[in-house]
Amino acid sequence: MEDMLEDTVLVNLRINGRLHELEIPAHKSLLDLLREDLNLTGTHMGCMTGHCGACTVSIDGRVAKSCITLAATLGRAKITTIEGLTQDDGTLSALQQAFWDNAGFQCGYCAPGMLLCTVELLETNPDPSDADIDTALAGNLCRCTGYQSIRRAVKAAITTTKEGAPQAAE
Amino acid sequence: MYAFEYRKAASTEDAESGFTAADDASFLAGGMTILPTLKQRLAQPSDLIDLSGIESLSGISVEGGTVTIGAMTCHADVAASADVQSAIPALAALANLIGDPQVRNRGTIGGSIANNDPAADYPGAVVGLNATVHTTKREIAADDFFIGLFETALDEGELITKVVFPVPEKAAYRKFPNPASRYAIVGAFVAKTSDGIRVAITGAGPTVFRVTEMEADLSESFSADAIKDIAIPQDDLNSDLHASAEYRAHLIGVMASRAVGDCS
Repeated sequence: MEDMLEDTVLVNLRINGRLHELEIPAHKSLLDLLREDLNLTGTHMGCMTGHCGACTVSIDGRVAKSCITLAATLGRAKITTIEGLTQDDGTLSALQQAFWDNAGFQCGYCAPGMLLCTVELLETNPDPSDADIDTALAGNLCRCTGYQSIRRAVKAAITTTKEGAPQAAE
Repeated sequence: MYAFEYRKAASTEDAESGFTAADDASFLAGGMTILPTLKQRLAQPSDLIDLSGIESLSGISVEGGTVTIGAMTCHADVAASADVQSAIPALAALANLIGDPQVRNRGTIGGSIANNDPAADYPGAVVGLNATVHTTKREIAADDFFIGLFETALDEGELITKVVFPVPEKAAYRKFPNPASRYAIVGAFVAKTSDGIRVAITGAGPTVFRVTEMEADLSESFSADAIKDIAIPQDDLNSDLHASAEYRAHLIGVMASRAVGDCS
């Protein structure tokens, strides 16, 4: 007989490389699972309706909005959150460093989504144009309106990738 | 979000029987519309039947002058498909204009047309290309599929399995997007097919519609000039904070002309 109070589902998620076997209430979003159950609070809660992109994570290598993804639907997915971009000792990735150096973080609230979308962009398109960058980040809102700095940071990250060392843009 | 029973369907039969057994079920495809709707408590289904585990519903194939797209194929896969890009480039381009990358990675063609949002992009391609919607029960011609605002010919519990697009001689889609959501304020899909010219407009009215006057004039002379004097009646067009009916009527001519230009 099923539990009539709450429908739960068993999933095996590999989150930032670590396997989690979890029994999840069916209505729980991936965002709530990450923040409340796994204490991965780097993924931010913004609008909660899929408009702002602050909750963006990567699911099986593709960016998605975790607030409008039911964790129970994910089965055996591999998930990368912002915590998965830094090294174990806390050292920033080259991309994060480029954002840091170019004021790509202002208040930082949108940053996890901006970064994960940029990771996906640079994997598929190592030399994006301004238009490509804008398209890749179209699902992410920055309330500080720091879009110019963010675009500059992405370009600096491209330079970093090409030349192997982080560089601040002019 | 209100609580619901969750069931991951293993097959289309499983999904249909789960739907029938429930009080008031909804199918869950990519979830890009239904999950925000549930979060805002604008709907309260008793059961959500997840279609993501049904492998037969995903995939793209091109053969015999048609492009077949499984209902659970996400927009990003359609946009990135070399097969779609070469057979119907306008369809791949349209898929790449939907929403944003996160939405394109999860939203599906079946979910989009079953929902039939008046400002969705895919209905333009389905009607513009005279596609056929295959369901678990039957095949539905594009012209019979979209009935009205968020309304389709689908019966309760009927599931879309795939959409079959005939390859046109030429086709193009132009849209004037809402700058925030990228939904179409007006989108025009123009296709030159073996059965004639088709002009489908999305975003402007309660549901996608064809402009037969433009189709007739374009059949005489396929040029943007041929349709420049056609006035679109505003009576049945949407009017909201994004655009008045008058503005949408104007945009139909502009977007259709540009799409014709892209076809030439």
